[in-house]
Amino acid sequence: MDRQLFHGMLKDMLLARSFEERAAQEYSAGNIAGFLHLYPGEEAVAVGVIHAADQSDYIVSTYREHVHAMVRGVPPRAVMAELFGKLDGCSKGMGGSMHLFDRERRFMGGYAIVGETYPVAIGLGYAIAMQRLPEAVICFFGDGAVNQGTFHESLNMAALWKLPVLFVCENNHYQIGTEIHRHSAVSDVYQRACGYDIPAHKVNGMDVLEVHAKTGEALQRIREGTGPQLLEMETYRFRGHSVSDPGSYRPRVEVDAFRQRDPIKQAEREAQSLYPDAQQLSAVGADHIQLFSAHLQQQDLINEQEIVKLQQQVDSIVEDAVQFAQQSPQPDMQQAWDALNCNRADEVLI
Amino acid sequence: MVEQVTYYQALNRALDEAMAVDDTVFTLGEDVGLYGGSYRVTEGLYARYGAWRVRDTPISEGSFTGLGVGAALIGMRPVVEIMTVNFALLALDAIINMAAKIPFMSGGQFPMPLVVRMPGGVAKQLAAQHSQRLEHTLMNVAGIRIAVPSTPQDAYWQLQQAIRSNEPIVLLEHELLYFSKAELDTVQPAIPMHRAVVRRSGSDITLISYSRTAILAQQAAQQLAEQGIDAEVIDLRSLRPIDWQTCIDSVNKTHHVLIIEEDSVYAGAGAEIAAQLAERCFYILDAPVARHGGLDMPTPYNGQLEALSIPTLDSIAQAASKVLEGEAE
Ligand SMILES: Cc1ncc(C[n+]2csc(CCOP(=O)(O)OP(=O)(O)O)c2C)c(N)n1
Ligand SMILES: [Mg+2]
Repeated sequence: MDRQLFHGMLKDMLLARSFEERAAQEYSAGNIAGFLHLYPGEEAVAVGVIHAADQSDYIVSTYREHVHAMVRGVPPRAVMAELFGKLDGCSKGMGGSMHLFDRERRFMGGYAIVGETYPVAIGLGYAIAMQRLPEAVICFFGDGAVNQGTFHESLNMAALWKLPVLFVCENNHYQIGTEIHRHSAVSDVYQRACGYDIPAHKVNGMDVLEVHAKTGEALQRIREGTGPQLLEMETYRFRGHSVSDPGSYRPRVEVDAFRQRDPIKQAEREAQSLYPDAQQLSAVGADHIQLFSAHLQQQDLINEQEIVKLQQQVDSIVEDAVQFAQQSPQPDMQQAWDALNCNRADEVLI
Repeated sequence: MVEQVTYYQALNRALDEAMAVDDTVFTLGEDVGLYGGSYRVTEGLYARYGAWRVRDTPISEGSFTGLGVGAALIGMRPVVEIMTVNFALLALDAIINMAAKIPFMSGGQFPMPLVVRMPGGVAKQLAAQHSQRLEHTLMNVAGIRIAVPSTPQDAYWQLQQAIRSNEPIVLLEHELLYFSKAELDTVQPAIPMHRAVVRRSGSDITLISYSRTAILAQQAAQQLAEQGIDAEVIDLRSLRPIDWQTCIDSVNKTHHVLIIEEDSVYAGAGAEIAAQLAERCFYILDAPVARHGGLDMPTPYNGQLEALSIPTLDSIAQAASKVLEGEAE
């Protein structure tokens, strides 16, 4: 594992957690309104997947997409400002939490009608394939979203025309209050892909390294021109469906069990376990010291101080984002009309 | 018996009573069961009637609304809950192509005792995909009926009437009305489902509205009264059919009309009302029929812009004064 990549992913996961917890606070403080769907618990999915993608790949996401946007490179300032409904938000305050867009970074939107990400993604994929470009599309969706007709329609077309689309299911086991066994006849989402002959795998979505590796392999095959792939990421949301949902329909033991598998703690443990403590070092015989430090240099990914430093960094990024959002101006009505009419510049209509 | 209840409780009561006396009544939709409904309309019913009659569905609006159509064909009385009208766009095939057409296309062989309930409207910063209204789309569909209750009493009556009817009926509820409280009388006999009601009588101008804006219109009328304008307020309660006689009787008194809707006025519900009243009341009007409604744009997320995009108490009162001053919008 590449040290820099690992640090990048851990930092993004910490940022994700910190950003979302702060967004919840800002919601309570009245600075954010509407529906706010948060991502704690699911960080390893967006982070692992998007880090495995190229900058030239497109991302299509749902209403639970703050983290996807930030990992893709949308500045936390622009995301927070959008949650505040301000002019410097990535959608100029017109879209809000559920509708983040950033054309330049190929972040093709947050969609709030369940099942919309698939057709948008295959449209992008069609345009890419038609032009024989080396790019791919990553299409996110929830476990509840696979029962929408568009899932089946889009998978069929994607497979039929070998479109370069990676379908990524964020299976957090719930469709708001309805548990997956009560909404799906087949609860292994990846199995559904076989009806369209699309290669598909189940991935431990709490393990960022596994997510990253499996995504990399899938994208590799997509770039070889073999058509779409599907990955089912098994994950869990620690909070309710949105900030207004207490999530009380979920058994306490279930929530606790998944909290034990917190993807951030898991990534930290994984990294630290490779970094020997003083006792372990002294236990190593003199002959081995040289060998061992060479090995260490390759393997040591992170130590505790570095994690503390990363945490401090992300906390100040989040604080800065909030300050920025607070100071950003409100959009005015003319700007709303401009957004509506943005595509009619030179046309004579009447 | 008269009680103070919320709008969602009134709907709950109506559904519960209908289910208790008629085994063919069942409800289905996302999170209506175990969760008790997104707006609590089906609270407690899952425990009382079980999973077959209070069915939690997958996110498959097109097909579960179609399921309602199928079940209605052979005598069931399904009450489909679509979480919000925004998602009903995926169920329009079932509503428009199936429910509205089958009784007609079959030469009148089949009943269609289907109820489709859903809230719509601008709530609080839910953004463009979650703030829509569907009345304009459905009003143009022959073969369905549309009720738009604004009070707990109407919600109770109209849901019960809809369940008993053999025609397909869409109940458009409003997201901001669910927790509003008012009197519910469960003993008093219901007025006909599609009759309009004069909520306030007055002699200067007729304010015609429905759903949440009907409530705003009543408040605006009070404000107008302070300015010496005596407004009559009509709550249509229904958009298909519309009770024209109640409107005409009012215009006969006031000679001025302002139609208020939350939706964009461009080809909105008010367009039909204005056209009909212009045709029917031309010679008794002292000013052109006026409309006041939402801006012709998707709803912005930003809170200030959102508030400016739909009618408010003040904007309604202003629009009414303008009609009387002869300078309509
Ligand atoms: C077509 C449609 N129906 C219903 C909803 C309301 N709704 C929003 S999110 C959601 C649950 C989605 O669950 P899932 O796909 O598993 O995603 P998760 O929220 O768990 O990430 C529902 C029913 C919607 N937004 N769109
Ligand atoms: Mg889910």
